[in-house]
Amino acid sequence: MSKLYLARNPRVAARSLDGEMMIMSGRDSTLFTLNKTATILWQAADGATPLDEIVQKKICVEFDVEPTIALQDAETLARDLASHEILQVSEQPIIPPNTSPGDAR
Amino acid sequence: MSGLMQEMAEKAMALGIPLAVQLDLTYRCNERCVHCYLDHDDHGEMTTAEIKHLLDEMANAGVFILTLSGGEIFVRKDFFEILEYARHLSFCVKLKTNAVLIREAEARRIRDLGVESVQISIYSHRPEVHDAITLVPGSFRRSVQAVRLLKSQGLKVILANVLMEQNLEDYPGVRALGAELGAETTLDPTVTPMMDGNRSTVSLGVDANGLRQVFRDSVLVGDVNEFCAIAPPAGADELEATPCSAGHTACYVSPYGDVFPCVQFPLPTGNVRRQRFIDIWRHSDAMQEVRSIRVKDLQTCTQCTHVASCTRCPGLAYMEGNMRGPSSQDCEKSFARTGLPSANMLAKKRSAPNLVQIRALPVLSSATA
Repeated sequence: MSKLYLARNPRVAARSLDGEMMIMSGRDSTLFTLNKTATILWQAADGATPLDEIVQKKICVEFDVEPTIALQDAETLARDLASHEILQVSEQPIIPPNTSPGDAR
Repeated sequence: MSGLMQEMAEKAMALGIPLAVQLDLTYRCNERCVHCYLDHDDHGEMTTAEIKHLLDEMANAGVFILTLSGGEIFVRKDFFEILEYARHLSFCVKLKTNAVLIREAEARRIRDLGVESVQISIYSHRPEVHDAITLVPGSFRRSVQAVRLLKSQGLKVILANVLMEQNLEDYPGVRALGAELGAETTLDPTVTPMMDGNRSTVSLGVDANGLRQVFRDSVLVGDVNEFCAIAPPAGADELEATPCSAGHTACYVSPYGDVFPCVQFPLPTGNVRRQRFIDIWRHSDAMQEVRSIRVKDLQTCTQCTHVASCTRCPGLAYMEGNMRGPSSQDCEKSFARTGLPSANMLAKKRSAPNLVQIRALPVLSSATA
């Protein structure tokens, strides 16, 4: 299985509201809120850390879940977020443009 | 407001988080709109560094929606530096501008920086009417050209049409122009007093007949009978409600760092040059006072037929002298909509001094005994 890399779409807006991540789509101003797993993916999506490492170091630490299943679920979730243009997914590391949102607090 | 946004707003209110802030970067402007509530001098605007520091503080406070406005934002040479920094902090950025200074390069940059929307003031579909309001010949052509450039970049553009006597008949034309350009349109029939309290601009607003005309336009309001119906009396929930989001989930920061509950509510609550934004938001006595007001506390309005449906603006009420009082402009709107005078209008009528009847002077007789 090839590695997957995730990066935040630089055109979205994001803010954590009491631990719940709000995301405003840059495409059509649709507002999303991310669940806990999706929030972990969002926060870890630096374009350089592969998804399996995110799952191992962040998701499996947070949830009592078998790593292989967690990775499959995380990949499905990442692709779903990518379909809404919230995340970018690539088999290569993603270099963020200078204008990317770097600090979604 | 979408259901999810409403849910987030309620959550922010419960948590005391300022979800939305309007930050005016400057009061300087390249237009001189006849109804503008600002002066256009620079009394000591925040520097680039001060604004970046403020943006850091606002991001930490949980601000999500950041509206950059003015004055005209593009007269600041550091505008794109500020915008880029704001987007780096992941704000949902909305811009308010006359767009006169937007060319292709600016439109592309705005798109690249992921701005959520650009609101542009358009007063008429007729250049001569628009330019007579901005007092800048050629401004209509340049603003509309900018709308086209922004739309060609795929950006969301909103035409903001402030309605006055001068342009009352033109709002259908502005809507048609918006449709042609692929832009949304908003209509605002409220002309506010100037921030220093000068009310001379208010007389430019639409009169009662004009308001009646607007409120009976089904294209704008949908079902006219429903829109103009008198609302049922306010229930307990409505009386316990807060008047609006000002000071609860939203506030306004001037180019000089002054924080107010709203751009239309010039009650000073603190200055970010002397205090942290979050401290003003959480602890300012003035902000707390605004926050404490419920609909049931509005002395005159709770006696009014329209209390449950009125668009009463607490800021306009404050500018009339009492933040718990009525806002006469909204009373006039409720009257124009329903035909029933508000409690405030009736009270004013009752307290009007009796007219002194002028009697004919007795004819003086020139005859003498």
